[in-house]
Order: sequence, then structure tokens, then C-alpha cells
Amino acid sequence: MAENGIGVSVRRKEDKRYLIGKGNYTDDINVVGQTYAIFVRSPHAHATINGIELAAAETSAGVVAVFTGDDLAADGIGPLICGVTVTSDDGEPHRAPAHPALAQGKVNYVGDHVAIVIAETLAQAKDAAEKVEVDYGILPAVTDTGSAADEGQQQIHEAAPNNICFNWPLGDKEAVEAAFASAHKISRLDLINNRMVTNPIEPRAVLGEYNTGTEEITLHLTSQNPHLHRLVLSAFNQLAPEHKLRIVAPDVGGGFGAKIFIYAEELVVGWACRKVNRPVKWTSDRTEAFLSDAHGRDHVTSAEMALDKDGKFLALRVMTTANLGAYISTFGTMVPSYLYAFLFAGQYTTPLIYSEVKAVFTNTAPVDASRGAGRPEATFMLERLVDVAAADMGLDPVEIRRRNFIPVDAFPYQTPVVQCYDSGDYHAALDKALALADYDGFGARAEEAKTRGMLRGIGLSSYVEACGIAPSAAVGQLGAGIGLWESAQVRFNPTGNVQVFTGSHSSGQGHETTFAQLVTELLGVPIEDIEVIHGDTAKTQFGMGTYGSRSMAVGGVAIAKACEKLIAKGKKIAAHALEAAEGDIEFADGNFTIAGTDKAMSIAEVAFNAYVPHSYPEDLEPGFDENAFFDPLNFSFPGGTHICEVEIDPETGVVEIIKYSAVDDFGKLINPMIVEGQVHGGITHGVGQALLEACHYDSEGQLITASFMDYAMPRADNVPSFDIDYAPTDPPDNPLGVKGCGEAGAIGAPPAVINAITNALGVKHIDMPATPEKVWRAAQGAA
Amino acid sequence: MPVIHMRVNGNPVSGEVEARTLLVQFLRDDLRLTGTHVGCDTSQCGACVVHVDGKSVKSCTMLAIMANDCEVMTIEGLANGSELHPMQQAFMDNHGLQCGFCTPGMVMSALDIVERNGNDLDEATIRKELTGNICRCTGYHNIVKAVKAGARAMGD
Repeated sequence: MAENGIGVSVRRKEDKRYLIGKGNYTDDINVVGQTYAIFVRSPHAHATINGIELAAAETSAGVVAVFTGDDLAADGIGPLICGVTVTSDDGEPHRAPAHPALAQGKVNYVGDHVAIVIAETLAQAKDAAEKVEVDYGILPAVTDTGSAADEGQQQIHEAAPNNICFNWPLGDKEAVEAAFASAHKISRLDLINNRMVTNPIEPRAVLGEYNTGTEEITLHLTSQNPHLHRLVLSAFNQLAPEHKLRIVAPDVGGGFGAKIFIYAEELVVGWACRKVNRPVKWTSDRTEAFLSDAHGRDHVTSAEMALDKDGKFLALRVMTTANLGAYISTFGTMVPSYLYAFLFAGQYTTPLIYSEVKAVFTNTAPVDASRGAGRPEATFMLERLVDVAAADMGLDPVEIRRRNFIPVDAFPYQTPVVQCYDSGDYHAALDKALALADYDGFGARAEEAKTRGMLRGIGLSSYVEACGIAPSAAVGQLGAGIGLWESAQVRFNPTGNVQVFTGSHSSGQGHETTFAQLVTELLGVPIEDIEVIHGDTAKTQFGMGTYGSRSMAVGGVAIAKACEKLIAKGKKIAAHALEAAEGDIEFADGNFTIAGTDKAMSIAEVAFNAYVPHSYPEDLEPGFDENAFFDPLNFSFPGGTHICEVEIDPETGVVEIIKYSAVDDFGKLINPMIVEGQVHGGITHGVGQALLEACHYDSEGQLITASFMDYAMPRADNVPSFDIDYAPTDPPDNPLGVKGCGEAGAIGAPPAVINAITNALGVKHIDMPATPEKVWRAAQGAA
Repeated sequence: MPVIHMRVNGNPVSGEVEARTLLVQFLRDDLRLTGTHVGCDTSQCGACVVHVDGKSVKSCTMLAIMANDCEVMTIEGLANGSELHPMQQAFMDNHGLQCGFCTPGMVMSALDIVERNGNDLDEATIRKELTGNICRCTGYHNIVKAVKAGARAMGD
């Protein structure tokens, strides 16, 4: 093992700049001649635009320009696109109503973009935006997910009759019906997966600059995937040719999915900076973030499990209505379909699964991927239903899981819902988690709590997720318009230090450290001589970015492949320099050695030699700099068991998490300290969904929870310290043996928390978030 | 427009500001001290915490003119040259930060917690005292460890 290589909890290289206030986030960047933009947003959820009066705004102090959708359309810019096609049950592609970046005659949610006001100062832009007068013809709003497609509902888009985007069936309906007909027992559960706002603490921002000399647009923006932004903005939105568009995403203050998507503000600011020939900056405030960032989750589901007399799962049937919001966001169609129903097998051998997902439009902000994206919804449905089935069968929740787990020798395991799992040992993770949580001692703890008038509960969740989001062949078959490889370049400078260019992009995951650990392990260069460069399309050749826990599983492998190419090239150079046959050169610990001798060159010496090729033969190419792409054969499938223990005060309904234990299989860990941090954050995100977070629109489509005053984010006193361990397996499809860890906590936690609460209360179900009021009511009913 | 004077991180500064200018805007836009961040507009997230005359303040909720003649300390003023403040070092050693956006506010709040509660902090106290700072990345686990370790190191 290299000193700071794979498996070492190396302190992060990026931390110092953040700790001394020298981080460089988009809003920290200011340029000469910069103007400020404010978006005029719809105050109504659903309305026609009968007219817009701009004169007062245009003549307001400091105003540079005011533009509306007509100006954007006149220049042929937009509309925004969705990247993944889902085929509806009529054989047609999903219904895709136009998504203009600035409204065209109609607004469809509160916060929808009507106009952009650009002024010399932010205050002047705000003042002028107040003076834009819009004549709205208010229409009834559709906000409720479950009834959005009902007969007689207000229609939102002409292109989407009954407000339906798609009806997507999966599985053998008749076979599942037959299994239900002959089942010993059928367990049923209706549930809601609560709508969340992703809320990275850095709000979105974009700074656009146009160079009249080079005719290049540069957008500094908050993105998890700068090359994807460039591709979509150029190929689909006609902002600029791809080679004349540079995207720079500097330090990104959290993403969790919300900064994947190509947003209206980014396109409009990019277009406007060329139009006014001045730099234009827009920074979201928090309420704008609530209104216009893509939201997450928002499902209404009915689920049923057919069981035999031994508690074995015979068949699963799931009917879900998923809210897509007013328009389809960049990956809006993919989240409640492929990222959701393909995970319905969970950790179990359920042989037959049938599901239908009805995706509906409503007059709410677009809904898209948010930490976990589809997989938390699948896991919550399944792990709650399994607990209900356990109660119905009179089995312990642990026992019913054990009886249905996919056995360790069954991998790779083909599920009935498309995915083929790479590896897993679900019993091992469960056993470890039970020990960590002292599951056997729970009864005594519950008795003790009772003497204090408290209700104690314990709940578990055994999840599996699909990570390392790729492979291109699979997503292409499913209707994705893009490939999902990753790319890397590893470049030695003549003085022996290394620059690693990656298409992955960190929004807090610590890539500058973990990727450097990988390179020090493979090439033997000291970690302090390795710099990871990301987030700039002018620096990194290509990339697909960071989401779906793919950075190490896909991007890391691309880096490793570039390192392999460097070693192969280095052998040629060393052979030439040492006057040996290439086949006699061995590479280990940063040195090229003639086998069986002590004649050697360090990799730094080889690098120098490669750039000073004074006597190279014709077939030896100078330079020490290699590119690689990696496109995996399969997703990776992390899994594990999380156990939550809660104590409830029946007098107040307040839930306290006493202990939280998580045992995960992420394959090999590159930096255990960083992995553990990802798990902590994911669990807390999941606890937020389970106990606190609810994005709520009223019946008129007003967002009631549009600030941190009204939307409860998890805070330090809402969670305990966590007990984390691992039960790793070796995924055969991943060359580095890694699986991905960024989303596991957010996937495993919600059902673990709710299962603990229902256990404490002795009730069948409680919807998230389990607020004190809901819990108190349930406690009163149960008492 | 009013002219204001203050000492920021020990350096005398002055500027002409609109009366409605917030302290955080003056720090970020006029002084280009961009280590202090804005994560919300309702005094909830704490990314903007600085110290004014030794007390922790959410600089998004204070007018710049209210800090006239005051002593302001921001995240940029903590390190001693290339040597990190013990609290900064504790955040690094304990992986108390991920994206880094809430971090300056967390560190400034942590110093205030130590100021008011001493160097030997228990977990419950730290968690209660940190509720004015929101972090979406870390789940707080390592921030709590960092504050405890940093507080102790400050007492050494």
C-alpha cells in the first residue's frame, strides 16, 4: 500500500482553502463591467399572460435591459429539454410539452420565469423588477399528486391530455395476478413519499461573459456536470456552438442532485450576456431556490405483497403516481421510472413483480433527481411493506428479511426487474448491523423506557441501490439521449509532478483527495505532487459529471486506465533510456527497473526524459500525458442494513433518535474517513425526510414552505452521532472494486426511522415527515 | 450615501454604502472578503456568521452602517499566517467539512460557543448550540467532533 494510497484516511487536500475563507464559489467571482440580473417570476401557479408592460422597468434607474420570452424566441433560443425518453403504455414516447426558459403566453407554477431584468446594481435590478407589470388571467391550479390525472381536472398542457406524462408498466401483470390469487397472505400498504427540496446550502448562481473578439461565451455556474451543461446548452438550446461555449463550475457548495439540471436562469443569462454585451450575474436567494430548484420525490403509492405460508415473497405489485411538476426537468422522466421500479426486488428473491407508474403534471416546480433519486422512493415502499408483511405473518422483521434475502452464492443475481446485481452478502450486513445495534438488548431497553413513560421502538431497513450511474449501452437502450462514460487525463509535467484532469466534479465529496490517492497508489508519486483539476470545460477534455454515486466507480476507473497507459508508455521510454528491451522493464513503487538488475529510473525521471527527447527513435513518441475513457459493463449495487432506535414522548409526539447503526457494502473504500462522512450526511438527509422535511403547496399552488423558517432542515440537535461499519463484497464488474457511497444513507434511513416509529407506537403506518403532531395523534390513537 | 468605518480582521477599512446595504454585502462585495457566505435570507442557515465586537452575528441580518466603528472578525482573520487556528485545524483533522460552504459560519459559531461555554464541551451542548447553523453535507457528526476537539485544543 502506498503511504497515502487506497484505504488510507488521508486528510483532505481541499480543506485548507475552505477553512481560511479562500474557497471560490460562483457568487464569489466578480468581473469588470458586471451587471446584475433579477428574474420576474410568476406569483400565480397557473395563468395566461395577457400582456406585459415593461416601460416603467426599462426606464428605472440603472436598468440595462429587460427581456421576455418573445425576445428569447426571436433569437431561436431554447426550449429546455428532457434527456431521457420513457415509452408510455400506448407505445408512444412520454408527452413532452414545451418548456420555454422564459414564459410564452402562460405560466405554470409559482416561480415560473416571466422576464429578466438586468441593471448596474443588484438593488437597481430588484427595484426595476418590481415595476414589470404582468396582466395575468388566473386559471385553477392542480397541485395534488394523487388527483392530478382525475377526470375533469384542470388541464395544464395541451400536449398532455389528463395531465399525464406517461403510464409506464413493468413486469408480467397476469403472472403476478395469478400469484396473488393463490397466495397464503396478501399484505397491503398505501403510502406517500413526501416532496422534498434538495437545498444545498450554496444557492444556484450563474455569471455569463461574452468575448466579442473570440465570440466565446463563458458561464461560471453551480454545476455538478459542466460538460453536460455545455452539451445541452449548445446542442439543444442553441446558446452557442460547443467549441465557443466554456462552462466553469468552480467550488460547488453542495449539489445532491439539484445542480445536475440545465435551468432556465443559466440559459437566459448565457444568452443575455451576449445580447447586452456585458457580463451578467444572477445569484438565487433562498426563497428563489425553494421556488425554482428542481424538487425531489412526491409519490403516491399503493403496494401489495403476496406471501406463502412460510413468509416467502411470491409476488409484488406496486401502483405509483409520480408528480413531475409543471414541466419535465432534465432527467425528470428517468427518476420515477428506471431509477425507481428497477429497484423493486430490493434484497429479496421475489420472483414476480409488476408495477405501473403514472407520471403527472401539476402546477408546481419541476421534480427531478435528489440524493438517491428514485431509489429512496423504492426502498421506502419496499422496506415499509416488508415490515407490514412481517406483522401480518407474525414474524420478526429480521426473520422475514432473512427468509427472503438473495443468498450470497446467487450473485450475479438477475432480478425480475431488469437489473442484474453484481455482488452482495445481505446476511453478513444484517448480522453485523444487529450486533452493532444490540438488537437483542432492545427488549430490556424498551421496558426501561416504559418506566419513564416513554415509547421505545426499533426499525430496520435492508436496502440495495444502483450506483455508478452508467453504462451507456444500458441507458441508451432505455431511451437516454446521452452516454454515461467518464473521461480522465493524467499529465506529468517535466519536473515530475502530476495534473489529473477528471470529468467528475466535486460538490463536497473530496475528489481532490481521493483521486490523488488513487494516482499515488498506481504511480508511486507522492500525494503532495498530485493536483486534481475539474469543473472547467476548457481544462478537462470531456466528462459526464457527478451524480448517482458515480465519481469513483466510473470516473476513478477512467483515471486508473490513464495511469495504466502511462505505465505502458513509461516502459518504452525507460527501455530506450536504459538501453534495455521493453519486455524487460518492470514498474513498481514509482520506479521502472530492468528485471533482475538494480538499473532503474523513477517515474519522475521518465517524465523528464519524455519531454527532453534528444535521441528518440522515430517510433517513440515524446510526452508523458495520457487520456482514457471508461464505460462500465453494469451499474454497481451497494447495499446494507440500517437500524434505527427511537424514543417517543407520547405527551408531545417528539421523536428522538437514540441510536443509529449502519452497515453498508460499498466494495473497496479509497478513503474511509470520506466514505464515513458521506454516510453521515446521507443518513441525516434521510432523517430529514423521515422526521422533518415537507415541501407543501396549498390548493392554489402557493408554496407554503419557501424559506428555512417554514421548511424544517435537519439541524445538529435532530440527529445523534452514528455507528458505522461495513460488510464489503467484491463487485466483479468494477475494475477498482468500488461501488459508490454518496446516496446510501438517504436511501436506507427513511424506512429505518419510520419502521422504528411504527414499532414504538404499534401502528401499521405513519406518513413522512413524522412530525410531533402526527406522532402525537398516532400515540393517542394507539394508547 | 453614508460613509462607514470599521476594523475588519484588525485592518481599518471604510466605504460609502447605501443605507440598505447589509454587513455581509459590504464584506463580500466592497471588501471582497468572500469567505463569509450567504445561504439564506432569514437568519436561519448561519453561513454568514462573523464576530462583531467579539460577539457572533449573522451578517445577513445586520446593516453595514450598524457595524460602524466596530471591530469585525471574519473567517479570513483567524489563521496566523500559514498556521491554522486550532478550531480550523480541528475541522480539517476531524473531516468536519465537505463542500465547505457552511464551514466559515460553523467555525465562527464554534469559536463563539467556546467563548461562552469553555473548553470542555459535551456533545449535547455542542449540538444545541449549533442549531443556528445548517449543514447539508456532513450530518453534523464530524462537525460535533471537530468543535469538541477544537475547543479542547484552544484551551491547551
